[in-house]
Amino acid sequence: MKGKLPMLLLGALAFLCCYPVLFLLTGTLMDNGELREALSPVVQQSGGAVTWRLLPRYPTLQHYLELLLDEPEFFVMFWNTVKLTAAILAGQFLIGTPAAWGLARFCFPLRRLLSVLYIILMMMPFQVRMLSDYLVLDRLHLLDTHAGIILPAVFSTFPVFIMYRFFRAIPEAILESARLDGAGVLQIFFYIGLPLGAGGIVSALVLSFLEYWNLIEQPLTFLKDKSLWPLALYLPNIGAEKAGTAFVSSVFTLAPAVFTFLLGKDYLEQGIAAAAVKE
Amino acid sequence: MRKGFFFVLPSLTGVILFLLLPFADVVRRSFFDVLGNAFVGLRNYQTVFQNGAFLQAASNTLRFTAVCIPLLVTVSLAAAVLLKEQKGMGSIFKSMYLVPMAIPVASVVLLWKLLFDRSGILNGLFSLEIDWMNSEYAFWVLVFSYLWKNLGYDVILWLAGLAGIAPEIYEAARVDGAGQWRCFFSITLPNLLPSLYTITVLSFLNSFKAFREAYLVAGDYPHQSMYLMQHLFNNWFRELSLDKLAAGAVINAAAILLLVMLLRRAWEKE
Repeated sequence: MKGKLPMLLLGALAFLCCYPVLFLLTGTLMDNGELREALSPVVQQSGGAVTWRLLPRYPTLQHYLELLLDEPEFFVMFWNTVKLTAAILAGQFLIGTPAAWGLARFCFPLRRLLSVLYIILMMMPFQVRMLSDYLVLDRLHLLDTHAGIILPAVFSTFPVFIMYRFFRAIPEAILESARLDGAGVLQIFFYIGLPLGAGGIVSALVLSFLEYWNLIEQPLTFLKDKSLWPLALYLPNIGAEKAGTAFVSSVFTLAPAVFTFLLGKDYLEQGIAAAAVKE
Repeated sequence: MRKGFFFVLPSLTGVILFLLLPFADVVRRSFFDVLGNAFVGLRNYQTVFQNGAFLQAASNTLRFTAVCIPLLVTVSLAAAVLLKEQKGMGSIFKSMYLVPMAIPVASVVLLWKLLFDRSGILNGLFSLEIDWMNSEYAFWVLVFSYLWKNLGYDVILWLAGLAGIAPEIYEAARVDGAGQWRCFFSITLPNLLPSLYTITVLSFLNSFKAFREAYLVAGDYPHQSMYLMQHLFNNWFRELSLDKLAAGAVINAAAILLLVMLLRRAWEKE
């Protein structure tokens, strides 16, 4: 396993993983002529196959301007996505953090049962939850509202699980000495738990951000009104004849996620790895 | 120490209100007719198990899981083991593998469409004439996109497992004359078995998200080889077949629970 071969393989794999970003960026910078020429086999069935240059011939920012000036719809959807994601993350932080702290650092009846329950619930995909979500949203008259997407997600048990893992790792001795100094339960949570578990909280929120920025199933099922839709449902509906717009919208959708990724990359790694640690 | 319960209370209230109670209602409904009034026993389950679309979706989902998870687990293990040996570039590569996780499905749909079209980039590159999205190959496109998306996630999990193996064991083995392969099979693999359970379960959970790609690229009615459970449930939902949907949800929940418990059992035997 020595020598250049593994490096080459790993490098090729890394390129494959990141190529879509480059592809989208290239597409946004091509002028209409070049896009039309490149995509004509798909758009106009003109025969032959799409050929794609690694870099644009005459780079232009024209499509960015077009999107900014001519596509008000895009910004409605963008704002919807921001609103949904921000509300869900805030809710998960407010509700999930104390729950994780309670499960991780206290002994009370049913604690073990609750932990198992939370893990089981975390595993259930949307196809299992679809009807139950519908029933509850219908009863609360939250169908076709953003609140109907936000509320069930706020009580998702996945972030609780991640934060739980980090809170568990805080040494008991620290809490013990705080208790001896007369710190109350709340003081310990705010002044010791939150700062020492900050890594776990950020990890959980980064994972949640990537998940909910990408939300598709729930809005697809529960939002009939298209003006409430997030970006993810809007993008695939841009026709190939407006390829420039499609490329730029894709990049705008991508940007916040990639930005979060670059800022929170270490937390993301810790958050993923947290699940692998055996207790 | 009962104060701990109050920390959990807000979350638990929400979980009961939004998850447990409605799911209990779903279980009840699975034994009632579509209006939820008349008790019908197991008839909904019988209908679902005799439903052609359900069997198709179930077998696709099982096939998808059976193909993807072993593939992903092995490829990511190989990448993690190689990555661990690299200095410098290693950590950059590791981050690059995670990039697909950050790319929203909606953003790559455009690439997927251009790549896998009958006159798309892939066919152009290799002079092929394959209609990827409208043939059996659609299934493999989905497999590829799952691997692409989840590789980095699993690599991180494996690396966490690898980091838990004490370097002294390797040193001792090397002193005793064990080669690289011997070390891998006699030390690395046995020590990674505990990670295998977690990684399999997490990969399994992530496999449900493959619906997003399938839906955004191919819509409500994709080629039958990539027709998944979620497609079927969406159709039942649109038809308001709540009775079938209830039975289907219970069957799915039971299957997932059973699989996770079986894996756990197998894992604890080690």
